[in-house]
Amino acid sequence: MSDEEGRRKQPGERRQPSEKDETAMPRRAHDSSRVRAAIRTELEEVAEEGTEEQEKIRPTPVTKPSVISLENVSLAFDEPVLENVSFAAKEGETVVCVGESGTGKSTILKLILRLLVPEQGRVCIDGEDITHLTFDDALKVRQKMGMVFQGAALFDSMTVYENVAYPLREHTDLREDEIEARVREKLEFVDLEVDKVLDQMPAELSGGMKKRVGIARGMANNPEIMLFDEPTSGLDPLTTATVTYLIIKLQRELGVTSFVVSHDIRSSFRMASKIALLAHHRIGFFGTPEEMTGSDDPYIREFLGGF
Amino acid sequence: MPLETINDAAKRGVYSLQEYFELAGKAIGFIFVKPFYTADVFQQMDTIGVGSLGIVLLTGFFTGMVLALQTSVQLQTFGATDYIGTLVTGSMIRELGPVLAGLMVAGRVGSGIAAQLGSMRVTEQIDALNTLGTDPIKKLVTPRVLAALIMLPVLTIINDFVGILGGNVIAKYYLGKPASLYWRTVYEQMLTNGFTLHYIPNDFIQGLVKPFVFGGIISTIACYFGLNTTGGTEGVGVSTTRTVVTASILILVVDYFLTQVILAIFTP
Repeated sequence: MSDEEGRRKQPGERRQPSEKDETAMPRRAHDSSRVRAAIRTELEEVAEEGTEEQEKIRPTPVTKPSVISLENVSLAFDEPVLENVSFAAKEGETVVCVGESGTGKSTILKLILRLLVPEQGRVCIDGEDITHLTFDDALKVRQKMGMVFQGAALFDSMTVYENVAYPLREHTDLREDEIEARVREKLEFVDLEVDKVLDQMPAELSGGMKKRVGIARGMANNPEIMLFDEPTSGLDPLTTATVTYLIIKLQRELGVTSFVVSHDIRSSFRMASKIALLAHHRIGFFGTPEEMTGSDDPYIREFLGGF
Repeated sequence: MPLETINDAAKRGVYSLQEYFELAGKAIGFIFVKPFYTADVFQQMDTIGVGSLGIVLLTGFFTGMVLALQTSVQLQTFGATDYIGTLVTGSMIRELGPVLAGLMVAGRVGSGIAAQLGSMRVTEQIDALNTLGTDPIKKLVTPRVLAALIMLPVLTIINDFVGILGGNVIAKYYLGKPASLYWRTVYEQMLTNGFTLHYIPNDFIQGLVKPFVFGGIISTIACYFGLNTTGGTEGVGVSTTRTVVTASILILVVDYFLTQVILAIFTP
């Protein structure tokens, strides 16, 4: 089975990367200043293109099916965590969940991954209610998703190569040469110097590099859904820009549906098709970034502050 | 509200116990379910078995020597120092070999497993396994439990042998007994308590059932505390300590009850 055939077997692969994408960053920029300059240029372009470009990315809600949807979800431990939360991420959208600390943003991620089960309401992936799945069926649903953790959560006993190859070895019948080709492809996608990092251990990588390897591992299986937990926290502004750019690139080039939990309003506005604002365990706002900035709601105005 | 506090504590205790047995049951059940993480099992056998060899050799040898030395004082009173091999062998095979190997492995390997899994928990690597569609119990716990179940009896056999060898050193160089006499008493002791299936000395069964059980206790306790680590790096330290303390106590308590049961079964 060739690598291409192996790729076709994967669920949710939508669109191959466009070779003529003018906004794509140079893949092998060994000079760090060149990389930084490229990121700046890319972000300036994104900013200039502004809403017009975002509108191009954003699919029309009516025509696209919901890939992730929460319907009237409530959950409480000792006290309420989520109350009657509903929203949907349609195919190819990037939904960013923002809100104050402790309002239940990360809980939503765990519900989507079916690491937690809601007390009331439904969580649907591709229209399938995952609330009552068995543990084994939940593992299968999780294979549709790629998750990038706040601290990258790379397996520290494995090399970068083994980390990215892990989901392929677990869930596909790909040969070793096909796995290597896929690992290289994903590491190139996240703009890492493949030959340099392939045999490195996670402890030898910088925070930004770990995060990028985490993204490569998350997308190794060509998932249709990518989940990000605080993708830009603890990173310097340029690395933040790089990671933000990668999330936009995932959406543009591969049509992946993403759900991002973030505190970083600036990068959220850059990457989001829709923003879900969690306030007091409820959805206080759900809409486009433009609708959010145009809102007169006092809480939203206060939350956005000087942005 | 002291009654409510006691009530809550009791509920938590029962819940923890239930979770522990659920984990142990799943870990053992997964030994027979695909996919088999064979490479992980061999890696753990290396860590648990080969890695603990040095410490087990040392403790076994010196325990055998001190056992011979102490008992020689008592035996001299009765002029029975010829039987030193009998005492050392009986004690090492039935009791000290399994318990000492168990305690050493609990300290060295149990703490290591708890620290490793605890670190993986606090750095979200366990969650990462879950999200990558892998059952962490199958990937992490089962190989460790299986490796401990296999390697503890092996380590105990080595521990017994070097212990008896240590006894021989004392018998020969301190008490001046010929090695042939010592080893003959060792051999006779092994055959004293009868056989199972005509060929297997009952002492061997007692000496190998215990480390098998201890291996299960150490690995499941370590994995349970490791996987349930909370509270960051400080929590990893707490899990490690809890593992060593709980496993050590359980080894000693279970050893007593196991001895009772085995004696009831095998004593003619």
